[in-house]
Amino acid sequence: MTTVEIERSMAPAAATPSRRSQRRGGLAGYVFVSGYTALLLAFGVFPTGYSFYLALTNTRGQFTGLGQFTKVISDFRFGPAFGNIAVYLVMWLLLVVVLTVVTAVILRSRVRPGLSAALRFLYYLPGALAGVASVLVWLFMLSPGVSPVTGLLRALGLSTFDQVLAPGNLPVILVLIAFWTGAGGWIVVMYGALNNIPDEVMEAARVDGAGPWRTAWSIQVPMIRKWIVYMAILAFASGTQLFVEPQLLQTASLQRVSPTWSPNQLAYVLAFQNGDFNAAAALSVFLLVLGLIVATVLVTRSGLFKVGDE
Amino acid sequence: MTAITPRQRLRSGSGKAAAGRAGGAASLLVVIVILAALLVFFVLPVIWLLLAPTKTDVQLDHAFPLSFGSFSQLGRAWQHLTAFQGGAIWQWLRNSAIYSGGALLVTLATSVPAGYALAMMKFRGRKLLLTVTLVTMIMPSSALVLPIFLELNLFHLIGTAWSIILPFSFYPFGVYLVYIYFATSLPQDMLAAARIDGASEWQVFARVALPLARPVIGLVAFFSFVGNWNNFFLPYLVLPSSDQFPIQVGLNQLLSSTPSFNPVAGKGLDITSPELALAIIIAILPVLVLFLFSQRALVSGMLAGATKG
Repeated sequence: MTTVEIERSMAPAAATPSRRSQRRGGLAGYVFVSGYTALLLAFGVFPTGYSFYLALTNTRGQFTGLGQFTKVISDFRFGPAFGNIAVYLVMWLLLVVVLTVVTAVILRSRVRPGLSAALRFLYYLPGALAGVASVLVWLFMLSPGVSPVTGLLRALGLSTFDQVLAPGNLPVILVLIAFWTGAGGWIVVMYGALNNIPDEVMEAARVDGAGPWRTAWSIQVPMIRKWIVYMAILAFASGTQLFVEPQLLQTASLQRVSPTWSPNQLAYVLAFQNGDFNAAAALSVFLLVLGLIVATVLVTRSGLFKVGDE
Repeated sequence: MTAITPRQRLRSGSGKAAAGRAGGAASLLVVIVILAALLVFFVLPVIWLLLAPTKTDVQLDHAFPLSFGSFSQLGRAWQHLTAFQGGAIWQWLRNSAIYSGGALLVTLATSVPAGYALAMMKFRGRKLLLTVTLVTMIMPSSALVLPIFLELNLFHLIGTAWSIILPFSFYPFGVYLVYIYFATSLPQDMLAAARIDGASEWQVFARVALPLARPVIGLVAFFSFVGNWNNFFLPYLVLPSSDQFPIQVGLNQLLSSTPSFNPVAGKGLDITSPELALAIIIAILPVLVLFLFSQRALVSGMLAGATKG
C-alpha cells in the first residue's frame, strides 16, 4: 500500500458544478489541456496499447493471437501468484473495512473533538512511511530479538526471523504493513463522511432512544455505505498490484519467500530474468484489464463522480 | 480516560439509569481498548524507529525497546551510513530531490491549467478527457509501471533522468483535484466579468483563477511530491546503476547489505540495524516534515473530499 491509496481517498468529491451556460473555451480549452493530454497519451494510453501489442505478438513481431496469454496462464507460477493475492485480499478487505468504520464511528460520536483530531493524526502518521520504509520498519518489528514486541512473537511460537517469514505468514505480514500505512488515511475519510450526516438525523435517533452502538449500526453505517464501498473497491484494486512489499520481504528472507509471490513480481521476473517481454506484457494486460474494469465500474456506476453537468 | 463526553452518558433516561450505567461502562471499556490498541499499533513502531539509531546492535536486542542509547552511538551510526559506498546516501537523496522536484514542477504546469479548463471551459472531448482521467486515477498506478518500462525500453530511454521525471509527472489525481476545486468554488460570473473587461482566456486564468487556486495547488504539490518521493517500483525497473538510484531504491540496496538480514552479502560491512534505521529516518524525513507542517491543510483537504459527497 502506498500513499497513493491515501491520495485517492480524498478523491470522491462528487462534483456539483455550477451552471455552465456561460462557459467559454473552444480553442483555448485545447491549449490549456494540451500538456496534460500529452502526458496522458505518453504514459497512460500508449503503454497500455503497446502492452496489448506485445501480448499479441512474439519477439519477432509476428502476430500470435492469444498464445502469450495461454503461455502465461499455464506457467506453474501463475496460479500460486493469484492465489496468494486472493488470500491476502480477503484478509485485508475484511480488516480494513471493519476496523476503519468502527474506529471512525467511535472517534466521531464517543470522543471529544480535540482528542479525536489528535488520534486521527497519530493514526494517519505512518502514511508518511509508505513504501520501502514501512517494509523495513516491519522487518524490525517482526524480527525476534530486535522487535519491541519480542515477547508477543515468542508467545506466538515465533522465535527466529526464519519462522516469522514462513510462506504461510506472508499474507498476515503484508496485511499488517498495508494497515499500518493505509488505514489511518481511510479513518480520516470515514470520519469526514460521518461528519457529513446531518445533526437532525443523529438527534432523531437519540430522541427515539437509540444508544450509540445502535445509532452506529442503523444510521451511521448505512449513511456512509457508498464510502465504504468506495474504500473496499480501491483497497481491492491496489491489493492486486502488490510489488514492493513482497519483493523486499523476499530480499530480506534470503530467497526463502518465493520471488514470484505476487502477479506483478511474476511479470517482473518474466521481463528481467527470462527476458520474455511478450509474456510479461501479457501478464501486465491481465492486471491492467482488472484495474480498468474496476475503475470504469466505479467511475460510471457508483454515482460518486459526475463528469457531465447536464 | 476523559475521552467520553458527559452528554453520551447522561443520555439514557433516569428510569433505566442503572442498566444504562452498567452497559455504558462496558461499552466505554470497549472504546478505550480499541483506541488504545490502535494507538500502540500505529505509533509504537514510529517511536522505536526514532530511537533505534542511538543504540548498538546488542542494545537493540537486549535493552528496553523504548530506551535511548547515546548520542555517541548515533554519531557512529551516522559515520558508518555516510561512509557506505563513499557517501552514496547523499547521491540517492539528491536524485530523489531531482526526480520528485522535477516531476512536481511539470505536474503543476500541466495539471492546473488542465483541471481549470475541464471545469470552466467548453470544448469537444471534454467529457471523454474527464472520464479517462477518472479511470486512470482510480486504476492503481503500479498497473502501468511495467508497460511504461516496456515503452521506455522501446524508445531507448532507460536510465535517463527523464525516464523517471516524465512518468512521475503524469498525475490524473492532481487534475481531478483542480477540476473539483474550480468546479465547486469558482463562480462563472467572475470569469465573465473579466472577459467583459477585455481579458483574454490566458489573462482570465492567470489573473483571476490562479490566485484563488493556492490551496488546491498546495494540495496537489503535497500529494504529488509525497507519492513520487516514496515511489519504488518504476525507478527500480528503469534505473540500472546505483549512482542514479533514488533513496527508496538505495534503501533496498542497504537492506541487502545488512548482516542483520543478509549475513552473507553483508559480511564485513558496517551497515547493521542502527545504520539501517537511521537510513530509513533520513529517507522519510522530508515527507515526515511535510506531514507535520501541513497537518491541518491536509486533513481539511481530505475532509473536503469526503464532505462534499
